Amino acid sequence: MDRERAIAFTLNAEPTRCRVEARSHLGDLLRLEYGLTSVHLGCEHGVCGACTVLVDGHAVRSCLMLAVQADGAVVETIEGLTERGAIADLQDAFHVRNALQCGYCTPGMLTTATELLSQNTTPSRAAIRAAIGGNYCRCTGYQAIVDAIATTAAARATAAAPEAGE
Amino acid sequence: MSESRLTLVDRPNSYIGRSVPRPNARRLLEGRGTYVDDIPAARLAHVAFLRSPAAHARIVHIDAVAAKAMPGIIAVVTGPELASVCSPWVGVLSHFKGLKSAPQHALAIDRVTWVGEPFCAIVARTRAEAEDAAGVIDVELERLPAVVDMETALDLETPAIHPELGDNLAFERILDAGDVDAAFKGAALVVEETFRFGRHTGVCLEPRAIMADWQPADGQLTVHHSFQAPHMMQDILCKHLALPESAVRVICRDVGGSFGIKVHIYPDEMATCALSLMLKRPVKFVADRLESFTSDIHARDHRVTARMAFSAEGDILAIDMDDLTGIGPYSVYPRTSAVEANQVMNLTGGPYRHAHYRARARVVLQNKAPTCQYRAVGHPIATMVTEGLVDLGAEKLGIDPAAIRLRNVIADDAYPCTGASGIKFEKLSHQAAIAKLLAMMDYDALRAEQAALRKRAVYRGIGLAAFIEITNPSAAFYGVGGARISSQDGCTIRLDPQGGIVAATSVTEQGQGTEGIIAQIVATATGVPMDRVKIISGDTQVTPYGGGTWASRGAGIGGEAAWQAGKALRENVLSVAGAILQTQPDALNIRGGVVVDEASGVERITLSELGRIVYFRPDTLPPGVKPEFMVTRHYVPKDYPFAFTNGVQASYLEVDIDTGFVTLLKHWCVEDCGTVLNPLLVDEQIRGGIVQGIGGALFEHCLYDADGQLLNGSMADYLVPMAGEMPDIDVAHVVSATGSSEIGAKGAGEAGTAGAPAAVVNAINDALRPFGARVSSQPVTPEVILAALGTI
Repeated sequence: MDRERAIAFTLNAEPTRCRVEARSHLGDLLRLEYGLTSVHLGCEHGVCGACTVLVDGHAVRSCLMLAVQADGAVVETIEGLTERGAIADLQDAFHVRNALQCGYCTPGMLTTATELLSQNTTPSRAAIRAAIGGNYCRCTGYQAIVDAIATTAAARATAAAPEAGE
Repeated sequence: MSESRLTLVDRPNSYIGRSVPRPNARRLLEGRGTYVDDIPAARLAHVAFLRSPAAHARIVHIDAVAAKAMPGIIAVVTGPELASVCSPWVGVLSHFKGLKSAPQHALAIDRVTWVGEPFCAIVARTRAEAEDAAGVIDVELERLPAVVDMETALDLETPAIHPELGDNLAFERILDAGDVDAAFKGAALVVEETFRFGRHTGVCLEPRAIMADWQPADGQLTVHHSFQAPHMMQDILCKHLALPESAVRVICRDVGGSFGIKVHIYPDEMATCALSLMLKRPVKFVADRLESFTSDIHARDHRVTARMAFSAEGDILAIDMDDLTGIGPYSVYPRTSAVEANQVMNLTGGPYRHAHYRARARVVLQNKAPTCQYRAVGHPIATMVTEGLVDLGAEKLGIDPAAIRLRNVIADDAYPCTGASGIKFEKLSHQAAIAKLLAMMDYDALRAEQAALRKRAVYRGIGLAAFIEITNPSAAFYGVGGARISSQDGCTIRLDPQGGIVAATSVTEQGQGTEGIIAQIVATATGVPMDRVKIISGDTQVTPYGGGTWASRGAGIGGEAAWQAGKALRENVLSVAGAILQTQPDALNIRGGVVVDEASGVERITLSELGRIVYFRPDTLPPGVKPEFMVTRHYVPKDYPFAFTNGVQASYLEVDIDTGFVTLLKHWCVEDCGTVLNPLLVDEQIRGGIVQGIGGALFEHCLYDADGQLLNGSMADYLVPMAGEMPDIDVAHVVSATGSSEIGAKGAGEAGTAGAPAAVVNAINDALRPFGARVSSQPVTPEVILAALGTI
């Protein structure tokens, strides 16, 4: 039985190919093969949200997706989002608001918030709470995270407003 | 230099009291944190453990022949083999008279005593290979009777878990102050309740993790550890692995949450270090989530029956309480598992003026996961018992819950004083805190809204909870009992040639902002801008010796050491500057990294120019000038055993009478942690603590069946607070600085968790009042509420 498969995918804007064990999940592949340590494995059964990454633009729990399923996909982690400056405002807002403590949930929170803000540019606080409702944070009590995401949404809306008015 | 504290704190460039973002948070936001599992090592081996599937069993036989032939397997090690490298320990403290426990091994030798206890280690090239091999090890266990229910653990017919101890009573303490019987006899009203506090656990998002690397050539064991107290770990590794202090270095880089979970000695972590010694290569253990639930320490699991006596006017006269707690099969090393019950006794009734107090605590052994100190040790239990009884009394006497608290709290002008349990208070502010809380929540308006909605069959409740909190512990906590746990901390601070500061502190960072507040303090004390200050923590080889972070001590103790070190460095720098400038040092000051004329503020010399002269051209210094641009200071509180803080919380919620579901609408907290070093960080400590407390009040429960089997060892089954169910939380402060230190800071890490459960449960009972229903068992699940309502 062939325990490995060859896959090719785009990771943080770079094309890559590798062989993966059929039983490996995407989180292990990203951490062990590519050294992407922003992918935090908190429960490995899809509940805590710490390992969330973007797959074809959607927030996905990398512990619940087999690595072979990434074949042909576009995968992005916080390392990649940081390098291309895609979420600098969101990261700034988290920093200023102290919307993180130990930092272990933070990459997953930022990824989930990124997906939310790509789908809903003016989320209510309740909508933000619902969107991050699958990301466990033991430190903050969530309010600062909700504040930081709301601040970012409002700032982006303001920045976009002149165009909308024209 | 004789500059007063106020002058320094209020300097134009003071960072004290400012909401400065944490400098070390940026890397975490970019996914560049370094947790134990992120640290690479050559020839790294991974360990997985076989853990007991039974609550109590004899190990008859372990057959690992097939496992040893599996791909990637490096070693399979059993308890007796590991014991040749790692000696056992006993978790007792001499100041807890009579506390007893049995020797505990890193890997169980002949008997396993709880579901999850490790008894065999499998070391392999990868964790997956180790788990593959674990699956083919043939283990024969002979089941033994399990002691599960703490209520029957002391019955004569219940077997002793450790026969050599005689029985399952690990510890008992009785306290009797004043004349309790007379006070109850003369009381106008006596209320009584039995409160149950379910077992829960810390659920740190980063599981426990350790990587040990023994280098025989250097005789050096380097341990990367997700932990709160690196020097304690170093000392214990030395003792049980028979190594000298110089041979062990413990490094704690980024830690993904701790909350007291990561300050205890765990068998699997000791085994990992011993395995590195045996195999002469780095070995890593990272707990998976099931292992976390079965082997992280649990907490609470108390049953308290208590009575409170009132006068007809509503004065609290006396409290009589009895606490029973089950701690698992061993008292945990080295802090012991008797501390939570002891704290429940010390803290119950803490905010109030009554003079008569009797309490008994019994700490019993059982075949469940060991319990030990977890955030707000004992506080939520003591606060619930006290505040639950106060609400019961208020209801029976027809007094408003806010009014009865204001009537009974120790007055703000009565300090210093001693509480009924014998604890010493320096300065608390219950009256001011309650007044501020009532104004903040607009208490009267909220009561009016509640009454109006009740007419429309909407059942909302308002719950209040006043509390006290233990912070800044002195040696009275552990040191006096013989535990080698440091209560003093230090800071070494150095001025570098470009005018920057490097400060190494012995208190540690797990996200609460320790490094941030140390940087604020150092920058303020030295006059150097904060962006030129670098903080180092969490490394036994490079920081001063100290206790690390626990019991809300980082700011108050580590912060004061940093303040003293910063002041001393500033004095040394101004002394050299004075000699060069031919000016009296006290006519100079440092502001924004520049030595200025104190009176005029005119620049005299930059720190970088001073650094250039001192480090590179010392030959040009005036004769007799001996610069010391590196200093160390230590601090330990001495005049009080603990710096108590106080606060009050309120919860506003709605109970769905049909489903038993609780919707949290709003939460408030006013607390007094003394000097607020950084409001942003303190407020988030409070909020995070409140939500952790709400977890225990409503959701979190380690459920065991009658055989001692853990039923919900996954995050899908063990509920934790998530964003969708949590309320917004308003936080405010009253400031009563401690006079024990110059910075005046007390701790704030426990306050949120201390008061939140009582506020929430009191609010639920307030909502249920029209139905004559009450709840007193946590977590208060919908099932508990429907049972109280008689629906089920």
